[in-house]
Amino acid sequence: MSGMEHHGHYEPATGVEKWIDKRLPLPRLMYDSFVSYPVPRNLNYMYTFGGILMIMLVIQIITGIVLAMHYTANTAISFGAVEHIMRDVNYGWLIRYMHMNGASMFFIAVYLHIFRGLYYGSYKEPRELLWILGVVIFLLMMATAFMGYVLPWGQMSFWGATVITNLFSALPLVGEPIVTWLWGGFSVDNATLNRFFSLHYLLPFMILGVVILHVWALHVTGQTNPTGIEVKKKQDTLPFTPYATVKDAFALMCFFVVFGWFLFYMPNFLGHPDNYIPADPLVTPAHIVPEWYFLPFYAILRAITFDIGPIDSKLGGVIAMFGSIAVLFVLPWLDTSKVRSAKYRPIYKWFFWIFVADAVLLGWLGSKPAEQPYIIIAQMATLYYFAHFLVVLPLLGLYETPDEQPASISEAVLGKDGDAALAESKG
Amino acid sequence: MTFKFLSIPLIAAALVGVAATGAHAAGKSKQPAYQDWTFAGPFGHYDRGALQRGFKIYQEVCSACHSIGLVNFRNLMEPGGPEFSEAEVKQLATDWSTSVIDALPDEDGEPVERQPRLSDKIPGPWANKQQAQASNGGAYPPDFSLIAKARAVERGFPNFVFDIFTQYQEQGPDYLHGLLTGYTSDEPNDAGTYDNPYYIGGPALAMAPPLSDGLVTYDDGTPETLDQYAKDVAHFLMWAAEPKLEQRKSLGFKAMIFMILFAGLLYGTKRRVFASVKH
Repeated sequence: MSGMEHHGHYEPATGVEKWIDKRLPLPRLMYDSFVSYPVPRNLNYMYTFGGILMIMLVIQIITGIVLAMHYTANTAISFGAVEHIMRDVNYGWLIRYMHMNGASMFFIAVYLHIFRGLYYGSYKEPRELLWILGVVIFLLMMATAFMGYVLPWGQMSFWGATVITNLFSALPLVGEPIVTWLWGGFSVDNATLNRFFSLHYLLPFMILGVVILHVWALHVTGQTNPTGIEVKKKQDTLPFTPYATVKDAFALMCFFVVFGWFLFYMPNFLGHPDNYIPADPLVTPAHIVPEWYFLPFYAILRAITFDIGPIDSKLGGVIAMFGSIAVLFVLPWLDTSKVRSAKYRPIYKWFFWIFVADAVLLGWLGSKPAEQPYIIIAQMATLYYFAHFLVVLPLLGLYETPDEQPASISEAVLGKDGDAALAESKG
Repeated sequence: MTFKFLSIPLIAAALVGVAATGAHAAGKSKQPAYQDWTFAGPFGHYDRGALQRGFKIYQEVCSACHSIGLVNFRNLMEPGGPEFSEAEVKQLATDWSTSVIDALPDEDGEPVERQPRLSDKIPGPWANKQQAQASNGGAYPPDFSLIAKARAVERGFPNFVFDIFTQYQEQGPDYLHGLLTGYTSDEPNDAGTYDNPYYIGGPALAMAPPLSDGLVTYDDGTPETLDQYAKDVAHFLMWAAEPKLEQRKSLGFKAMIFMILFAGLLYGTKRRVFASVKH
């Protein structure tokens, strides 16, 4: 039984519930979505990151709202305002470190979530829109994180903002006016900081909106699962509660332990020391590096050191960087294989791990200075990044011989005999 | 090759690895030696004696050139800090070498210059950055409030991965200790700067060696050596940069215990719930 055929089992028990159900069946929606909603019985722990991400979004929004109560966006006092939170606000250090490390945890979870999707072919028909909405969320997250990093107005805040906003100046003709428009002036300054604060507050709620669409789309198509076989019958699934709920809760708590490790014991490990120096437009840091979660894309940006016809290296880098995310939007149509899960794709399995290694390599390169031999390695890694999507995936679907797949999820889990026995006993 | 339990820590470790590489600026300066810090590790706490001695060094030596503008006098008596008595800090403020301009003018509209109070920030030695630079041959002595968190020598692969597990977070104080004890000569080089292989900004810095054996008197019997001075002042500067460290680590310990126990209970519940179904 797939999600499409799924009908709720909500039975209003009390008079109040019946009264509400007739007027606004919100409890019914919640019950059908998070209690009786059928999930494939074979989901593994890689499928818990969706729930973890939702919790992380809520944590970021709540801590962010509290921080905004004590923060002031102004180039003269923002740095001090953050230190005021760290030193004088009750538990301000906790809220601030939670928000700061929470962003990193958010990205760790989202990357695991994305790689899970790549491994199990979660983007394939009929889940293309679900995947595309996910990429939209990822883009919004990047914009939000980038602007959030500017708010403490440290050296990396300022210079990161300068480098990234300057990218738009690579566009022909409209580049310079766009950059001036983004800055609200002729350099990264007070106007920039203020609009970034405003947008940093707005975007998480846009993320929340797209997350709702993402979950809606998920509940229409139903979840994928490690076999990649669609849910076909009742035995293939388990009700969301208690099964998925308790598994998600356990995974979440383990994730929180890792979060706590950084939050309580090494809260500055994932940050850059230079951001504890107030922004100074006259002093350029030795190396301007973005936050770790942008490093692979930063490496791609800097890998284009040559002109391609009328496109100069700067514009080429910008195109490559945005292209590296844009390519994710069309991934459902680039992968020509009809088999979803890498479990039954003996060759793709290997290419998947090579791609993971390539992405990690790009991340490492992004942290290195733009000099040889890093540049040439980054160029090759960038080439491979695009080749994976534009060459490997289209061709692999045509030439790879997939392994034999089970007839159904329950057959994969219980074996052929067990499946038959279960079908008999449950009818 | 299944994409199950093993892959989560694998990818996560790789991601955190990438995370860590971004966190440290490249530099060719020498790796400072590891020092024993009482504030390192999950049970870390400051040593009151070291904080008080470190403050004394700051007051008698560093404060001639370096401000510490985010620290208030009252912070010196708060729990988790040097924990001087209120009377001591009041005296300190009254005797401080620099006065402050009150936020409010007097009844004639004239600015009021007075000695600092507990609620005031510790006043720095310079009226503004230009004055500081003019008095130091163009070099600006940085503010010390956050210096212990704003300096770190790049750890490099694979150290940054190990750091996650050893909780090594003391690059800042190690760097300060290395810098203060690492001058190759007391005399300036031809460029008028002082050679120091530990300096993060180049082979030499504008500051002459500020500390030497016997320079500051200790009343608690601690050896009056350069090495000890460097340790104490780095200790103090770590507190100035991270005054809530003790609170953070002790709350963290409780939170971690709770979360680990709760995760265990959830795991038991999960096993129980899934006991009757194949999955």
